[in-house]
Amino acid sequence: MFYREAGDYKKSYAEDSQTFPLKLDRYAYYALLLVAFLVVPFVINDYWAAAVLIPFLIWSIAALGLNILTGYCGQVSLGTGGFMAVGAYASYKLMTSFPELNILIIVLLSGVITAGVGVIFGLPSLRIKGFYLAVATLAAQFFLIWLFNKVPWFYNYSASGQITSPKREMFGFEVTGPSASAEAKYLFILVLVVGLAWVARNLTRGRIGRSWMAIRDMDIAAEIIGVNPLKTKLVAFAVSSFYIGIAGALFFSVYLGAVEVGEAFGILKSFLVLFMIIIGGLGSILGSFIGAAFLVIMPVMLKNIMVGYFGWPIDLAAQTELVIIGFLIMLTLILEPHGVAQLWRFIKQKLRLWPFPH
Amino acid sequence: MFEQFLFGIEAAINGLMTGVMYSLVALGFVLIFKASGVFNYAQGVMALFGALTLVGIQEGQVPFAHLINAIFGTKITNFTWEVPALAAIALTVGVMIIFAWLVERLLLRNLVNQDPIILFMATIGLAYFMEGLGDLMWGSNIKTINLGLNQGMNETIDAATYEWFGYGFYIDNLDITAAIIAVILVVALTVFSQYSTTGRALRAVADDHQAALSVGISLRSIWVIVWGIAGFIALVAGVMWGAKSGVQFSLSLITLKALPVLMLGGFTSIPGAIIGGMIIGVGEKVFEFIVSASWFGDLVGFTMNATENWFAYVLALIFLVFRPQGLFGDKIIERV
Amino acid sequence: MKLKKIAAYAVAATMAASPVMAQLVFPSLSYRTGPFGANGAEVADGFADYMTLLNERDGGIGGVMTEVIECETGYSTEKGVECYEATKGEGALIYQPLSTGMTYQLIPKTAADGIPMLTTGYGRTSVANGAVFPWVFNFPANYWNGASAAVNYMLAENDGSLEGKTVALLYHNSAYGKEPIPTLEALAEIYDFNLTLLPIDSPGQEQKSQWLQVRREKPDYALLWGWGVMNQVAIQEAANIRFPMENFIGVWWSGSENDVIPAGMAADGYKALTFHAVGTDFPMFDDLQKYVVDAGLAAGTGENVGTVLYNRGMYGAMLAAEAVKVAQEMNGVAQIDAAMMRDGLENLVISDETMAAIGLQGFGPNFEVSCENHGGPGLVAVQQWDATAQEWTIITDFEPSDMSVIQPLIDADSAAYAAENGIVPNCG
Repeated sequence: MFYREAGDYKKSYAEDSQTFPLKLDRYAYYALLLVAFLVVPFVINDYWAAAVLIPFLIWSIAALGLNILTGYCGQVSLGTGGFMAVGAYASYKLMTSFPELNILIIVLLSGVITAGVGVIFGLPSLRIKGFYLAVATLAAQFFLIWLFNKVPWFYNYSASGQITSPKREMFGFEVTGPSASAEAKYLFILVLVVGLAWVARNLTRGRIGRSWMAIRDMDIAAEIIGVNPLKTKLVAFAVSSFYIGIAGALFFSVYLGAVEVGEAFGILKSFLVLFMIIIGGLGSILGSFIGAAFLVIMPVMLKNIMVGYFGWPIDLAAQTELVIIGFLIMLTLILEPHGVAQLWRFIKQKLRLWPFPH
Repeated sequence: MFEQFLFGIEAAINGLMTGVMYSLVALGFVLIFKASGVFNYAQGVMALFGALTLVGIQEGQVPFAHLINAIFGTKITNFTWEVPALAAIALTVGVMIIFAWLVERLLLRNLVNQDPIILFMATIGLAYFMEGLGDLMWGSNIKTINLGLNQGMNETIDAATYEWFGYGFYIDNLDITAAIIAVILVVALTVFSQYSTTGRALRAVADDHQAALSVGISLRSIWVIVWGIAGFIALVAGVMWGAKSGVQFSLSLITLKALPVLMLGGFTSIPGAIIGGMIIGVGEKVFEFIVSASWFGDLVGFTMNATENWFAYVLALIFLVFRPQGLFGDKIIERV
Repeated sequence: MKLKKIAAYAVAATMAASPVMAQLVFPSLSYRTGPFGANGAEVADGFADYMTLLNERDGGIGGVMTEVIECETGYSTEKGVECYEATKGEGALIYQPLSTGMTYQLIPKTAADGIPMLTTGYGRTSVANGAVFPWVFNFPANYWNGASAAVNYMLAENDGSLEGKTVALLYHNSAYGKEPIPTLEALAEIYDFNLTLLPIDSPGQEQKSQWLQVRREKPDYALLWGWGVMNQVAIQEAANIRFPMENFIGVWWSGSENDVIPAGMAADGYKALTFHAVGTDFPMFDDLQKYVVDAGLAAGTGENVGTVLYNRGMYGAMLAAEAVKVAQEMNGVAQIDAAMMRDGLENLVISDETMAAIGLQGFGPNFEVSCENHGGPGLVAVQQWDATAQEWTIITDFEPSDMSVIQPLIDADSAAYAAENGIVPNCG
């Protein structure tokens, strides 16, 4: 009855084409932003920041990036971990080479560098399709990890090959380094997430997004109607890698502070992000967030329930956790193959009609 | 120089053998992909699960002992008996068939007509599930396979090559066994699919699901059979790899070695899996041999080694750019 | 609203574990699953069982009960961070993360939070310089001690000269595996032996190329710096190419029962470095059997008591417990905090008397910790595997390593860290 367009008059084109055409959606969105910016920073503590919120936000960026490539443009990629590593190492090299550069600029530049690398590894997508492409992107994954592990220049010739992020400040608050406060880290990443989500949303519903979807749905048909597949696919790879590179840079500099490339950006990370977008919903901005939330919060929650609540032995809990997560993934796919976002769309549709079903 | 050449040959032969070990994993993939269009990421975990079950049954372990103990406060670990190797193998195959039936019943049946990517993700979910289940059932300690598989250098080849070239080649007995088993498997699979009724039905399903259905072939029973066979192949692969390293969690990671083999050989071709494996095996060993030589290190300015993790993928990638359906894969025909 | 309920439980569970007073909290960041789970479980069992023993037999340390908060990391750095954040507010006295990667991660964090960390035989070697790393300890031995001890052992076997010999190092291609390289390179120059570096990428199931190279180049010795499946495969492959097992020496993380048993009889004679004893031939283990295992309080099944990794976990717990005693004495209070714990660690003295009092005489080396030296003297022994008896035997004494080579490396590396992070080295 309340959840509908009726009565919400649009007086300009801008209003007509806004992201949330429904009043209720709009208010919910503003309320969420308000809570995220004005309430959370005051209640956040180190545990919540490190265990839940920061990883959630960073993975959301990565999921957004992969969703652009896989969900909107239809190119399945398993190279996410490798591209995140590019972002991380780019930010490390930039931070150590130009100590006076602002951290925000460093993060964005890391994204740009990753975009360049992404385009190179995106080139084969013109010839290779489907699963062959998915497995081919693994070449990027393994090659990049090997490169960062092997060539000493990338880790500034340190003995162990680990990279450690130095202290950097933003408006006088430390955002990287061990003594950075949870609030500062959180807010820094939150600003980036909101900005990037806004860009992603508007990219995907504009001309570029439509050409991506055309390629996804049937690339030959798209070519015939005048979409340049080379340009479109490479732009998708570039934009996607830009996001993933930023996620990688933040993952290293703000979240972990020190990484070892093989461990932090291994193949499992690529799968993790792919899971996020599939469970959340392919081709959905909201889905990227839902998927990231699901896969970040679920393990933490399961662990706390089984160990903290039932007092199970820790190894049993860890093994059961794997079983449950595997089971939930399969269950989600069986019940709603198009992800949780599809469920939400469905509910919205129902809500619009309520209480009159027809 | 001649010596270097011999070393290169030795590396190539060993690569060939290692390639066969990769193919053992890849074979299971191909079978399942052909028959059900599922890219089964869980193949590696199935190998782990199969090997774990085999050792567990052989040693008379009580399944879920730790879980039972934790819940009921009991202290059971082992049955009083030990099962002879052959019986244990038979029982394990039984378990793998039950597993195949469950997968069809609970997973595949509910995902008919979904996008391939969804099916793929479902098998990754399955992989997580089975990793946890395997550990829960049999414990996470490293186990030793006790089937009397011969390991170590083959004396005869060493002596013979020493006589011919003045340098004895090293070939692992286990690899030879694996190669023989792989040949038997491929021949058996070919014979099975060419001459038995079930085999023909299998090929029909691989060709066209709907046409096969319309002539009265039960898709579901075919899927159970295919997953069962793939389970058996996984068991073989698990045993061969497990003999080297002990049966442990890391066995599941052999999937990553099989993926480039698949790309190269094509997802739908059984000979492709074998030949792809050999190309990858030889390629990565020879490449490593060349780049880790000191003159090559001087050339690029840093020591280049440990390339095997990525070489196979890059090789397959370059190859695919020229032949997008793999070596023996079905030609991709696109219609609008 | 089932979901809501579960979520509420979860929130409650994360919040519920509020600090309980009058307890000595030892977080144990363990890994019982994943590729290294088989090894991690044994270490974690040893750690937990020793603390249980103290509670059951002595009523804790100095009258205060100990509490082990175990948190599963699966050897993943992010989960390690989560575990660290989850446990640090519980009054954690000391961290022992059991992973080199995680150690790097926690070095700046623990310093910022003021919680000491003890990395027994792993982690960043240069933390031995307590002036730069006041919160991190790595006694009794570190990787560079290990590398030097291995070379010393080879020297002893060759009448003091390694000239013209070749030593191959097979290492896990990660921070952990790369640690010994600088020391070995320095030593290679001094003793004039050739060092061949053979990296093996994780997980390391396929090592044929590396072993073919070993077979071609016929090094006189091979050193193994591996972890997890890499160890088992390396030992098997070494046996396959008939590399003489007595010339194959692993670091302490490549020398557990898990690593040699899968290779069966072929592993007979394999050697590994160690900084503590193996087996249960010490009076303390009788108590452990009586108060912990027989009472059904063992963290694991109780079958792995006395294995190499179990003993290592137990040894780590013992060192921490001794440091607590020192701290209690220094401050005159039983309920110590993390800062006191740090002082306790820095003033720890392990002598024959302390070891005898625990019932572990001869279990590990004697040493003293000081601000200048957080790493102890680096006394390392060599153990050998007997495949017939299925047991490790220690074949040398705990011998000192060549600090004249190691100390400059430690000073250089810690100075670089200090410069990078703006730390002013300060002792006293």
